[in-house]
Amino acid sequence: MTKFLDFTLNGISTGAVYAAVALALVLIWRATRVVNFAQGAMLMITTFIASAVITKTGSYAVGFVVALLAGLLFGAVVERVLIRPVEGAPPLNAVIVTLGLYTLLLAVAGMIWGTTPRAFPAAFSLRGYRVGGTTLLFGPNDTFIVAVVVGVAILLALLFRGTALGLQMRAAAFNPEVARLLGTRVGRMFTLGWALAAAAGSLAGVLVAPSVFLGPNNFDPILISGFVAAVLGGLDSPPGAVVGGIVLGLALSYVSGYEGSALAPLAALVILLLVLMVRPGGLFSAAKGREV
Amino acid sequence: MLRVERLVTQYGPVRAVDEVSLEVPAGSVVAVLGANGAGKTSLLRTISGLVRPAGGRVVFDEQEITRLPVEDIVRRGLSHVPEGRGVIVELTVAENLRLGGLWRGREAAPVEEMYELFPRLRERRGQPASRLSGGERQMLSIARALMGRPRALLLDEPSLGLAPRVVAQIMGMVRRLADTLGLAVLLVEQNARSALSIADRGLVLNLGRVVADRDASTLAADEHLRHAYLGF
Repeated sequence: MTKFLDFTLNGISTGAVYAAVALALVLIWRATRVVNFAQGAMLMITTFIASAVITKTGSYAVGFVVALLAGLLFGAVVERVLIRPVEGAPPLNAVIVTLGLYTLLLAVAGMIWGTTPRAFPAAFSLRGYRVGGTTLLFGPNDTFIVAVVVGVAILLALLFRGTALGLQMRAAAFNPEVARLLGTRVGRMFTLGWALAAAAGSLAGVLVAPSVFLGPNNFDPILISGFVAAVLGGLDSPPGAVVGGIVLGLALSYVSGYEGSALAPLAALVILLLVLMVRPGGLFSAAKGREV
Repeated sequence: MLRVERLVTQYGPVRAVDEVSLEVPAGSVVAVLGANGAGKTSLLRTISGLVRPAGGRVVFDEQEITRLPVEDIVRRGLSHVPEGRGVIVELTVAENLRLGGLWRGREAAPVEEMYELFPRLRERRGQPASRLSGGERQMLSIARALMGRPRALLLDEPSLGLAPRVVAQIMGMVRRLADTLGLAVLLVEQNARSALSIADRGLVLNLGRVVADRDASTLAADEHLRHAYLGF
């Protein structure tokens, strides 16, 4: 029984990281209808930057904040410089741009920091909580991870549902032409969407780096999981991204735990296939009946 | 208040709008009529900035707005209610309305004012706009445009797909808005009869060119013109 509890708790913690990556992908998809294949590479870069700052200043908190700010800036610059020119063009153009960016960032990271994975500090203790006589597979750092991701998701929900800015961002995403006719500066909304998404990605990077270590390719698996989580929840749904992330985290944790960790990547892809075959819109897709 | 001078819109080799000139004074309704493909929608989209003109000028309130971005033209007080209504179906009625006034900030119309004008919208304020009927969507898109307190309104085929009684209601409302708020209204319509019933002036477009430009009652009385271009 404790095994099940362990796998569940572990699944929630890893699921929270997938949720953050999924959020990043969903925000960008909703705002600009682009799948950001460079998301994993972008968060890898900001995590390297955070690592450098932490080493320099000795403070995790400063490094954490710098990672988020770097994410905001990075996302805004990428949208404005690389994505804006292809926003109206066929979707393949944006795909090629983001894949190209991925390749570029990977190479740059290797040149600057080398390819040997390095350690990244965790915010809190990695040792599990002691309950009764046993140690759980869930500790203070995991609580931090889940709390931060849920907190960010709630903040984003408040932004989108409760503020004028959020309303404009949603309008720009749903119907950019009509939004423009109502005076919304749609370009700025797209840039802001990318900035927030990249910050969410950066968050995922800093949270997961202690377990996967820091190296140019070390974040690829969570990008894949984040993508599966996004599709599972529904590419158009931020709450879906969070739920998808947690569900996927749980599923992979059970598979890893009971069958062996080698099967986890396979399980992720099987889940992706099932979703695409049975309910391609994702768990949270609205059945779009035609209303007259 | 709104003046268009020899406007040209080109899509590749096709001249959708071919040297069109017109004038819409404040407080008046000018109808632009003609068959499908005559260039009426292209004309509105060029005036509001969605499409770049290939030639000519658009002057609003004595200021040239010809190549300004859409968002800036809206901020000058010129509001375009697009073909098909442009209701954002993923948002609620209240959110659609609120969106229309955001650029205006504090000077925007209070949402209550729109609910007074259009009581049906108040009933449905919390519902997603996808649930509205065609007539309600038309009311929503007009109310949404009014939230920004515009001084001119471009209406693209408001009667499309609506029952005759609803069309009459909408047209009556448009006339009242022009009269009470002093709006300059440029009304594109295929339903020439109902448009002319509320317009001061009528223009007929054919293949992008103006083939008639006279006051509404004269236009409605010209049988030859009506048969040739307006279908009645």
